Amino acid sequence: MTLNIKFDYNFICKAILQEQLDNLGLEYTLQSLGEIKFKNKLTHTQRDQLCQAFGKYGIEILDNPQNVLVQRIKDAITELVNDSDKAKKYNVSTYLSDTLNYSYPHLSSIFSEVTHSSIENFIILKKIDAVKHLIMDKNLTLTEIAHRLNYSSVAHLSAQFKKTTGLTPSSFQRIIKKRKEKGITP
Amino acid sequence: MALSIMNIALADDDADDRMLFEEAIGEIEIKTKLSLFSDGKQLMDYLTQPQAILPEIIFLDLNMPIKNGMQCLREIRQNESLLHLCVAIYSTSSSEQDIEETFVNGANIYINKPNSFGALKKAVEKALRLNWQYHTSALNRDNFLLRL
Repeated sequence: MTLNIKFDYNFICKAILQEQLDNLGLEYTLQSLGEIKFKNKLTHTQRDQLCQAFGKYGIEILDNPQNVLVQRIKDAITELVNDSDKAKKYNVSTYLSDTLNYSYPHLSSIFSEVTHSSIENFIILKKIDAVKHLIMDKNLTLTEIAHRLNYSSVAHLSAQFKKTTGLTPSSFQRIIKKRKEKGITP
Repeated sequence: MALSIMNIALADDDADDRMLFEEAIGEIEIKTKLSLFSDGKQLMDYLTQPQAILPEIIFLDLNMPIKNGMQCLREIRQNESLLHLCVAIYSTSSSEQDIEETFVNGANIYINKPNSFGALKKAVEKALRLNWQYHTSALNRDNFLLRL
């Protein structure tokens, strides 16, 4: 038999962080998902222990302030893409500069420098990722998906999908279905 | 998560194609370390060593002697320590059936061997950048398919 499950990524991440931090007996507050504030300065040993504990879950401690900013940009974009009400209200550049308190040109140049790809590109990637999820796991029609993710039309959605992945939404769907039948998960 | 050095493997039995690929990779802005293999068996022997440094992305030619690309792909997807690797098929075949079959068997990227150096550079660069985004962002890797 098969069970379908749904993840709340924010919830999972928060639970893991708390579990690991509590294990080490540290006093902390979670500012946002990407920021932990400690009451006392961490010793080197504590930092190493934390690095190790987080590492098991693919959580990395970021040192370079540019990387930190890029991560916050990505988080903000993820939030915007997943929240269709917010996405309707704001345009991306205003949303990013308002939430992160930097000018958009500054954010955009740091992002390109670190990731070798533009913020605009990343947004498209994130949206197409959401489209894939909605096609596969929710069985929504393209019309419903276009509406949910604020595409002006189904044609625009299909064109962007094809341009980004090289595949049409229907061939994508067929491939993933066949993979599931064969039990292949890359 | 900043791009330091990306490890790449290429398995291709054609020496000229390997050379061109190496040149193309060398001209891309991203810093890379390339390991070359001339057939599928060499590649698989390397990947299955216990201490192997696993590449972030593998480029696989489909038609190779001894072990072809499709066999490698199947072995990679069946091996617990390799199944998460990004596999890009790099082939002259443009038959829809071949392309779909490689995707169904777990390929992430399908690149039609381009016939100009400029196009090759562009295709490889796009594949590397996109793969890097999947490595460093919360994107669903199960759904990572790209056809170039």
